[in-house]
Amino acid sequence: MTDVAQFDRIIERYEKTEESLLAILQDFQREFHYVPEEGIRRLSEVMEVPESKIYAMGTFYKALSLTPRGRHTIKVCTGTACHLKGAPLILETLERELKVKRNGTTEDGEFTLECVNCVGACAMAPVTLVDEVYHGQTRASKVMDIVKKQVGS
Amino acid sequence: MAPIDSIGGLEAYRRKLAEAAEAKADMPTVLVCFGTGCQANGAGPVAEAFRKVIDEQGLKLDVNLGIKTTGCHGYCENGPLVAIRPQDILYLKVKPEDVPEIVEETIKGGRTVERLVYRDKATDEVVARYSEIPFYKHQHRIALRHIGSIDPTDIDDYILAGGYAGLAKALAMDPEEIVSEVERSGLRGRGGAGFPAGTKWRSCLAVESDVRYVLCNGDEGDPGAFMDRSIMEGDPHSVIEGMIIGAFALGSHQGYIYVRDEYPLAVKNLSIALEAAREKGLLGENILGSGFSFDIKISRGGGAFVCGESSALMRSVAGEVGEPRAKYIRSVEKGLYDKPTVLNNVETWANVPEIILKGADWYASMGTEGSKGTKVFSLVGKVNNTGLVEVPMGISIRELVENIGGGVLGGKKFKAVQTGGPSGGCIPERLADLPIDFDSLTEAGSMMGSGGIIVMDEETCMVDVARYFTNFLVDESCGKCTPCRDGLPRILDLLTDITEGRGGEEHVALLEELCDLLTWGALCGLGTSAANPVLSTIKYFRDEYDAHIRDKKCPAGVCKALITYSIDPEACTGCRLCAKNCPQECITGKRKEAHVIDTSKCIKCGVCKDVCTFDAVRIS
Repeated sequence: MTDVAQFDRIIERYEKTEESLLAILQDFQREFHYVPEEGIRRLSEVMEVPESKIYAMGTFYKALSLTPRGRHTIKVCTGTACHLKGAPLILETLERELKVKRNGTTEDGEFTLECVNCVGACAMAPVTLVDEVYHGQTRASKVMDIVKKQVGS
Repeated sequence: MAPIDSIGGLEAYRRKLAEAAEAKADMPTVLVCFGTGCQANGAGPVAEAFRKVIDEQGLKLDVNLGIKTTGCHGYCENGPLVAIRPQDILYLKVKPEDVPEIVEETIKGGRTVERLVYRDKATDEVVARYSEIPFYKHQHRIALRHIGSIDPTDIDDYILAGGYAGLAKALAMDPEEIVSEVERSGLRGRGGAGFPAGTKWRSCLAVESDVRYVLCNGDEGDPGAFMDRSIMEGDPHSVIEGMIIGAFALGSHQGYIYVRDEYPLAVKNLSIALEAAREKGLLGENILGSGFSFDIKISRGGGAFVCGESSALMRSVAGEVGEPRAKYIRSVEKGLYDKPTVLNNVETWANVPEIILKGADWYASMGTEGSKGTKVFSLVGKVNNTGLVEVPMGISIRELVENIGGGVLGGKKFKAVQTGGPSGGCIPERLADLPIDFDSLTEAGSMMGSGGIIVMDEETCMVDVARYFTNFLVDESCGKCTPCRDGLPRILDLLTDITEGRGGEEHVALLEELCDLLTWGALCGLGTSAANPVLSTIKYFRDEYDAHIRDKKCPAGVCKALITYSIDPEACTGCRLCAKNCPQECITGKRKEAHVIDTSKCIKCGVCKDVCTFDAVRIS
């Protein structure tokens, strides 16, 4: 039922070596917002590596998710500088307003709320990313406005 | 153009670029910073506005403008930054609507737009010239030498600035001589542990093998540090050139740059740079006609902190799960694919071309006895000027925070600095005259790490900081060895107890015992250093632990279970802003009268303090 061609298109961009596995899985993640089971199966066939190994990578690396993510991803940077400048309050505000726990997805599938350990923009702390757009000097009282303005809801 | 096929050819090409640049020397150049920080602050629309105004006014006729988008200047807090040459003016926080004025005044008229330049917070003095701003004046830039002044996506810019001259010199040297030069320079690894780079190269060279690998660690995982991101984004060729020199010295033909997944711009700029270097004959087969061949692949990380550890990184590059292995097998002997491997950090590699070009003695003339050269620090947290700072090793913490950082934010009391990321510790203000180098930081119970300096003030709770790092490490532990996998969560439980008011007298002793076990028993650097944030805060801030345990108080006003919010009736103007924003609707009070918080309903979300413009919300 699943169209393997959509996975093959990504797999074909890379050399057929185990070195390429992580990059391919990241491309799956970008394309489908998670790593689908069928994708793991197809990758295992093409690369001739056990599914268990690919699954292990899927659970080990934070950049990969084995369950579908929301349409929009909000990342709260919880690096040290952001932590000191109020990231915990921002995170709590988002949890409360979106009714979702950190690293979870809202019931309507609209938002996934993630924590990220430093995005390397510490001079603008605290930083919140909405679909990869950086917002510096975020404040708990304004963060929902930023989210609404960007996703237009 | 055809690849450059000789060292002489590279010099001829550089002369050609210099002549073309000479002819345009008087023409104004606008440099818009395009680092991650400035882009987030709106650099894109500013560059767009410049292009538009220049097109509209047909300025090509009288002034030829080269708008270059450069890498991070490091002064991110004040972005978007715009530098104007030849006047050497730096404008801060530029908005698209400021652009017509800059074009009219500065580019056409040669005058400075005063409201956009740096103003010293203490003396109110206005400083327009880039090089005279205190944040830059005290710096000595080697690893950051080109950042902010060249376009990272244009290899000609790098060559014109003297790029690949170190490689040209190295190709005429004996590999043995190159290794000696790096040894004599005293360069120590900038990634964390500070292992001498030359010693590492020498050990690798001593191992018999037909295959060797050269790796660059760009998995900058320490929260609070972003110098490697800035170098990869802003001057990727310096890293590539360093790696080619290393590969030539070691006889390696394949290199890898392992880049954090969170740094998409670094991946993009590195990819562009690698392609350009191949086209110019500086990378790939027969580099500059020397007969030496070497190429580099980019390997994207998967967002795992432990992959910054050398053996974990090598497994990740090979397409495995990034779990570390025991250290009795050294990676210089059996590293990537069990072949001799040299792994150095981004900043370390970026220093190599300059060391080869200017010599070991030049480099070793800077810094302290045991730590030579300069180091890039990311000065962040509760400090006025935040950003990247490169200074000679041995500068004191106080000089860094006060002279370059402009002191603590909001005139608050300077309490401590945290260095070394989750493997480091907190150093109190009373030790702020300590010179920053590898050895003195380790002696003080912290470490250099990758160079994050996080400034903390009186509103930072040290127990919360210890808890923060432990929580970080619980999350990032790979789970392979027991002390780290099971010990860290117990440490976190104890710290959570303390911050939530359940701490007993025995908690600190228990923490110390667990930390000791962890330090001796863990498999890799993540675990063996994981106790540092806890032990250093107990050592220097025992009184704060005691206040949490005995008095059930958080002196800094951070730990939620131990604080209450209230409104100071003297300071409150009754503007209603906090009441309108309170998600619990638990703030009452009439307009123009002092407001009151109902503490039984308050969830301590901090929104009222955040929105109050009169600083009337108190935490006790």
